[in-house]
Amino acid sequence: MSTKNWPLWEIFVRSKNGLEHRHFGSLHAADAEMALENARDVYTRRNEGVSIWVVESKHITASNPENNGELFEPAQDKVYRHPTFYDLPDEVKHM
Amino acid sequence: MSEEQIKNLEKQFDERIARDEKIEPKDWMPEKYRKTHIRQMSQHAHSEIVGMLPEGNWITRAPSLRRKVALLAKVQDEAGHGLYLYSATETLGVSRDELYEQLHTGKAKYSSIFNYPTVTWADMGAIGWLVDGAAIINQVPLCNTSYGPYARAMIRVCKEESFHQRQGYEIMIKLANGTPEQKEMAQDALNRWWWPSLMMLGPTDDVSVHTEQSMKWKLKRKSNDDLRQQFIDQTVPQADLIGLTIPDPDLKWNDERGSYDFGDIDWDEFWQVVKGHGPCNKERMKARVGAWEEGEWVRDAAMAHAEKKKERNQKQAV
Repeated sequence: MSTKNWPLWEIFVRSKNGLEHRHFGSLHAADAEMALENARDVYTRRNEGVSIWVVESKHITASNPENNGELFEPAQDKVYRHPTFYDLPDEVKHM
Repeated sequence: MSEEQIKNLEKQFDERIARDEKIEPKDWMPEKYRKTHIRQMSQHAHSEIVGMLPEGNWITRAPSLRRKVALLAKVQDEAGHGLYLYSATETLGVSRDELYEQLHTGKAKYSSIFNYPTVTWADMGAIGWLVDGAAIINQVPLCNTSYGPYARAMIRVCKEESFHQRQGYEIMIKLANGTPEQKEMAQDALNRWWWPSLMMLGPTDDVSVHTEQSMKWKLKRKSNDDLRQQFIDQTVPQADLIGLTIPDPDLKWNDERGSYDFGDIDWDEFWQVVKGHGPCNKERMKARVGAWEEGEWVRDAAMAHAEKKKERNQKQAV
């Protein structure tokens, strides 16, 4: 068995200009350059992308779904952040 | 956690799936869900990887450049599918090395169909048409399965799979319309691949052990027997169209059921192959383990090179 395994990388692909990079999946590679080349072969064999980002998985900090309550609850009672909260006369057709 | 708390969590979990909510990697999940998914997803990944071997056998001998680029692209897709599925499996907390280890030691299974030999060029046609055809029938429902990373990988796999089946059927069309020898070769390939393809859809419902739980978790949407019937009903007219004969004397259209009746499947053969006694089980594992072991120095060298480069960059930055 190898002494050191290739680290895991997360792959983000922009499918065309004007759109954001989207998470496509992950793969193993020795370094960032190889991760890019492998991502090209694994995730864009049919012109799925015009730009690729790779980031080593260990550098991603993720929120814990168990804490979703306290993390996202503060937004739940703030209906005044939505346009429908405000009363307008019917005569105003577009606003 | 107390037993009652776990029961409660499991109940909420089942309800989420029933509401068609997806489960994502960091969500709480029952241990059995995790284990079942690791087993099924890795088995699926292993099948893609081992599945490259029977077709790889013919790349250098493809009869034309057109056939060769198509076969190469198909085998490359299979490598890609294996990689999507391995990385999706890793989100469940198992490492790639552990997964390979399970395959290489025989602890994990892969689809039995790949333990049959590819003896003529027509086998490339039969595999694409029948084996990929059966795989698509198995896989399409999985695009909607409950585990998010698996469902996303399957959407990508299914999108790419349809070219595989078409290129296989096209090979069969050409051979079936060729010289008598070519037609015979196509018929011979159909004769050899038909029954193993039916077996690919899994044991009959009365003996299938995982069906009920898998249905609940949406790892399965239709039973093995239903999938098999669907495969037969869609494939028989395709054989008729190109003048090939399905090797089953009991095959007959049943007007009442609106489906084909078919003959008995030799399940002894299936279990023999699953247990390791198929024509190519040993050869496949030898090729797979050999590729892994002989590639070790390349993996190590790439890692050493990456580390050296990193050190050099750090020194320059100082």
